[in-house]
Amino acid sequence: MSPPAAATPTDLAIDVTGVTKRFGEKTVVNAIDLAVRRGEIYGFLGPNGSGKTTFIRMLCGLLTPDAGTGTCLGYDVRSQQAEIKRHVGYMTQKFSYYEDLSIRENLDFIARIYAVPDRRAAVQRSLDRLGLANRSHQIAGQLSGGWKQRLALAACLIHEPKLLLLDEPTAGVDPKARREFWDEIHQLAADGLTVLITTHYMDEAERCHRLAYLAYGHLLTRGTLAEVLAAAKLTTWSITGPDLRTLATTLRDRAGVEQVVAFGNTLHVSGRDAARLTATIAAVRDPRHDWKQITSGLEDVFISLMDEAKDNFA
Amino acid sequence: MPRFTFHRLWAIVLKEFIQMKRDRVTFGIMIGIPLMQLMMFGFAINSDPRHLPAALRVADQGPFARTLVQALRTSDYFAFVHETSDEAEAQRLLQLGDVQFVINIPADFTRQLLRGERPTVLIEADATDPAATGPALAAVNALAATVFNRDLPGPLARLRAKDGPVDFRVHAHYNPENITQFNVVPGLMGVVLTMTMVIITALAITRERERGTMENLLATPVRPFEVIVGKILPYIVVGYIQVSLILVAAHFVFDVPMVGSLPLLYVVSLLFIAANLAVGITFSTLAKNQLQAVQMAFFFFLPSILLSGFMFPFRGMPDWAQAVGSCLPNTHFLRIVRGILLKGNGFSEIAPHLWPLLVFLVIAMTIGVKRYRQTLD
Repeated sequence: MSPPAAATPTDLAIDVTGVTKRFGEKTVVNAIDLAVRRGEIYGFLGPNGSGKTTFIRMLCGLLTPDAGTGTCLGYDVRSQQAEIKRHVGYMTQKFSYYEDLSIRENLDFIARIYAVPDRRAAVQRSLDRLGLANRSHQIAGQLSGGWKQRLALAACLIHEPKLLLLDEPTAGVDPKARREFWDEIHQLAADGLTVLITTHYMDEAERCHRLAYLAYGHLLTRGTLAEVLAAAKLTTWSITGPDLRTLATTLRDRAGVEQVVAFGNTLHVSGRDAARLTATIAAVRDPRHDWKQITSGLEDVFISLMDEAKDNFA
Repeated sequence: MPRFTFHRLWAIVLKEFIQMKRDRVTFGIMIGIPLMQLMMFGFAINSDPRHLPAALRVADQGPFARTLVQALRTSDYFAFVHETSDEAEAQRLLQLGDVQFVINIPADFTRQLLRGERPTVLIEADATDPAATGPALAAVNALAATVFNRDLPGPLARLRAKDGPVDFRVHAHYNPENITQFNVVPGLMGVVLTMTMVIITALAITRERERGTMENLLATPVRPFEVIVGKILPYIVVGYIQVSLILVAAHFVFDVPMVGSLPLLYVVSLLFIAANLAVGITFSTLAKNQLQAVQMAFFFFLPSILLSGFMFPFRGMPDWAQAVGSCLPNTHFLRIVRGILLKGNGFSEIAPHLWPLLVFLVIAMTIGVKRYRQTLD
């Protein structure tokens, strides 16, 4: 999948610079610049507590940035929060619709709040679209995780927003429901909706047009999947063979080795300094094992970025 | 069968202590409520109320009349705040609740006394609350026999008839049979409304916050005023159902007189219901969770029942407690309900109790709307 064509400033759904948020002494989001083109699916990744949720809340007017400027859908994030709220759909990390209302009652409520024209038809359309129609009278609190997520998506789409902010929408949802969810997201993006989505799943990250990685409130990398991988300059070796546990212990803390990760019967060893890593490998190389240099995966890249960030910011 | 073990019990005990320590407000209220009760029961409440405001209508300027007034004054039960010669004015003071008693000493008091004709001193009492008037009237009877002992020496001593030289006649207005229910049942309306209205709305916003639905609500364009008024309106209906229930029971079960205008009562109830709902909403924006909200509601409820004049005579309380009581909407509402039902008060008589309700409503509402945050900052 290719990202939409190069952007001019007016094509940007989100365009912010230097966005900062502090809670007391702690800087949770530190001078983040972000530009998201209209119609793009932008993946936001990072460990827990990296500031993703705080950043999203600033975009949709739930928090006021301590510093930084910018626009969301062309509205100023500091002064035009009311307009932003009208045109943004925000799906919270925790299910936050009314558990004691039915699916239809929840959608009706949200549609009334946004004064959606021809409410009945709009609610019915959204029920049909997300396959909720024959469950519309079920109480939201009794739904399983996957159905709650669909209801939440339906509810944050009902006022036809131009930008969708999804905070870990697929946490705790089974793989099939996750896939259907992503198909839906791609369909929406194809129709022109801009989507900013946070996730911990690498396969989901790979389904985004562009990615950004956040740790300790700092934006560490961004770009398309290929750009992120290339920018990391990470070298990874894959090793198969007997007694990998001993080998892993031997490799850890050697010069140039930054990560040693076991994947079932293979071991991935990565480092940013290719030369030193190769030298170390040459020193411990054992003919019983099969050594192969591979392209670093997104997860390897992210873990490497996080370790680096820990040295710099933590 | 698993047996009791001390370490498991201890684990629960420790965890409870840690959680108790984290919830400062709950802990504060657990300490605050006994202190408040001590203050109210220990110092404020008095079932033998003294210094009750009274009006004097003295038509006789003779020394015996003065002695009588002096004796009533030193009994400590009466505080003569008004003196008038106009009967209509005296009635009005009683009607407004400005005085608890009107004491009428007739023009030929001294003459009748000296002739041994046992002059009649008419004591008109506002008996809506029998508990407030009872002790004072009892004191008057005790006083009757002895008041003129010093003034009637020697041969005049014969005037000290065994039933006293003066005939005190009590005219208990509004509740002539001193039926406690007539006072309690209308008062209950204010208490029931305070209890349910405050708790229900105190939970309203805390529940949204606790369940996480607040974040969603804040992300929509909905305005604070819309949320708060939207949460208040449905409960106004509930409040009116309660008012009607109590009125039906008051009439059919307790035979409480309904002298005044019921439509007027319904209209002014709105102000009181709204004031309580606004307090609840304000608590709701202050409390961190539903438990705290309920505790705050209880904190408000306690003085509303004890210092409002519902359970104990308002005028029997010391000044500071009366001042606290005057800040509570229930105090004013009780006077309005009792005034309309028992005394037949009209709008002009209850007006002095309407504006405090209005002020209270505006203040509570302002704090509520100001405290309600549109962001999660």
